[in-house]
Amino acid sequence: MLSVQGLKKSFGGIKAVDTSSLDVAGGGTVGVIGPNGAGKTTLFNLISGFDKPDNGAIIFDGENIAGKPSAEIARMGLIRTFQLSKALTRLTVVENMMLAPQVQYGERIWNVWLRPREVKQQEEANREKAISLLEFFGLLSKKDDYAGALSGGQKRLLEIARALMAEPKMLLLDEPFSGVNPTLTKKIVEYLKTLREEGMTFLVIEHDMHIIMQLSDFLYVLNKGKVIASGVPEEVRHNERVLDAYLG
Amino acid sequence: MIEYLITVVLIAAIYAIFSLGLNLEWGFTGLINFGHVAFMAIGAYTTVLLNLNGVAPFPSVIAGMALAGLCGGLLGIPALKLRADYLAIVTLGFAEIVRFILLNEEWLTRGPMGLHGYSRPFEDFISGDYNFFLLLLVLIVLVACYLMLEQLIKSPWGRVLKSIREDEDVPTSLGKNVLSYKIQALMLGSAIAGLAGAFLAFYLQYINPRNFMPMETFYAWIAVVVGGSGNNKGTILGAFILWGFFSGTRFAQGYLPLSPTQIGALRIMFIGLLLILIMMFKPEGLLGKKEELTLIG
Ligand SMILES: Nc1ncnc2c1ncn2[C@@H]1O[C@H](COP(=O)(O)OP(=O)(O)OP(=O)(O)O)[C@@H](O)[C@H]1O
Ligand SMILES: [Mg+2]
Repeated sequence: MLSVQGLKKSFGGIKAVDTSSLDVAGGGTVGVIGPNGAGKTTLFNLISGFDKPDNGAIIFDGENIAGKPSAEIARMGLIRTFQLSKALTRLTVVENMMLAPQVQYGERIWNVWLRPREVKQQEEANREKAISLLEFFGLLSKKDDYAGALSGGQKRLLEIARALMAEPKMLLLDEPFSGVNPTLTKKIVEYLKTLREEGMTFLVIEHDMHIIMQLSDFLYVLNKGKVIASGVPEEVRHNERVLDAYLG
Repeated sequence: MIEYLITVVLIAAIYAIFSLGLNLEWGFTGLINFGHVAFMAIGAYTTVLLNLNGVAPFPSVIAGMALAGLCGGLLGIPALKLRADYLAIVTLGFAEIVRFILLNEEWLTRGPMGLHGYSRPFEDFISGDYNFFLLLLVLIVLVACYLMLEQLIKSPWGRVLKSIREDEDVPTSLGKNVLSYKIQALMLGSAIAGLAGAFLAFYLQYINPRNFMPMETFYAWIAVVVGGSGNNKGTILGAFILWGFFSGTRFAQGYLPLSPTQIGALRIMFIGLLLILIMMFKPEGLLGKKEELTLIG
């Protein structure tokens, strides 16, 4: 589904990303781990079009998306979340959710006047969907609160829920569980697994080795922009270079 | 006295329409437009020039709005592709360019002499006080603008604008074409300013470049901020307070032992004081929501 080839990005002298190859099969969950500053977020920025690569190809769904505008990539069904969650502060929680669906008639100014019935119907359907997602993420009681009033962990949950609301083909999650309590983390991990069974694909950055081992069926380890190891979680766990990168 | 009151409300209502356009851009979309008055001028001059060339008032107004909106869009495309703060600089410059064109292209605008002798809507049918009729018309337009904007703001379209105001990375990451929405907001806001300009011309019966000084833009900013950014009712209230006050001091001029220059200085002082008081006691604006303010930052 996603294939990264010879991707390079430097900031000044620092080679933030220098990844020869990274593949994500459709329907799989691939984890990306690595120490601070390894280039994980930059990799996500490149894939999602928030940063332009210096070099290399990113094939998504059979198309090279390297350097494409980020909104266009999102519209192809590749949706990302942010490491520092970005709640839309002065929008309510449910408004945050309802922003996400892709084809909304009411986002065209003339439809607001010319097709009010369809707009309203679609809004109601989207609201229902938002409500059920919020219920799952334990945010239902907050639905009419400003998103800015949520706690850090809740903002993170909202960010994941909002991304799911967009019905992506593939989801890029940048440290989705940091600041989320263990019980809820477990619940979300289970939920993501169900979504995977339904065919969604995930690429997840995560610091917590335990969670990433549970969640992913393949792992890449980045250090200084380069893939230093890859394989199924069991293999990677015992890889010496990985232990070095983390501990040494 | 009643005639005087009619003029006060009429002027305030015209500038309330003008300020609503800015509120759409700044209050809902977060765009910094320091040249809003340019679009009022374009609306006014287009309406008047077409009218002087035989076009009926209403089609002239529509053309004025359209041209103002178009200019807003054309200005936005290059400016918005650059960094966010460029829009502020570009619009500020644009407003001065427009004013200098109006001053210097005398073959078209008669320069500082200004334009007059144009007809006003339904002028031939109104036997009584024309300003009273114009007031009703302007109030209808103001209410229509308000209702239209409220409907748009509550729609999915408005939701995208607000998301851009909060953090444009989010709508971008969800596939929304942020630039296109910004341009739409700028076009609509400018068209509304053009509409206000047309009615200003109908009220004044004589327009010249001095009606469109840069200060007018900042008065609209004050109206928006005093009323509460992102609140259409607040913006209307702010405009009525501000332009009501202007008219009031003009009225008082006859009774005070002060020269017009002194009155002018006094006015600015009062506005400064008003702003300081608002920022101290009601920083979210008169009708703004306090909760919203505490969330920022
Ligand atoms: N916009 C930027 N300008 C300059 N340097 C940058 C920029 N973005 C990232 N870097 C640098 O690139 C390197 C990789 O950063 P990146 O954020 O991708 O790491 P990361 O693996 O996500 O780290 P963390 O685990 O802390 O989130 C770092 O050295 C960082 O300082
Ligand atoms: Mg990171």
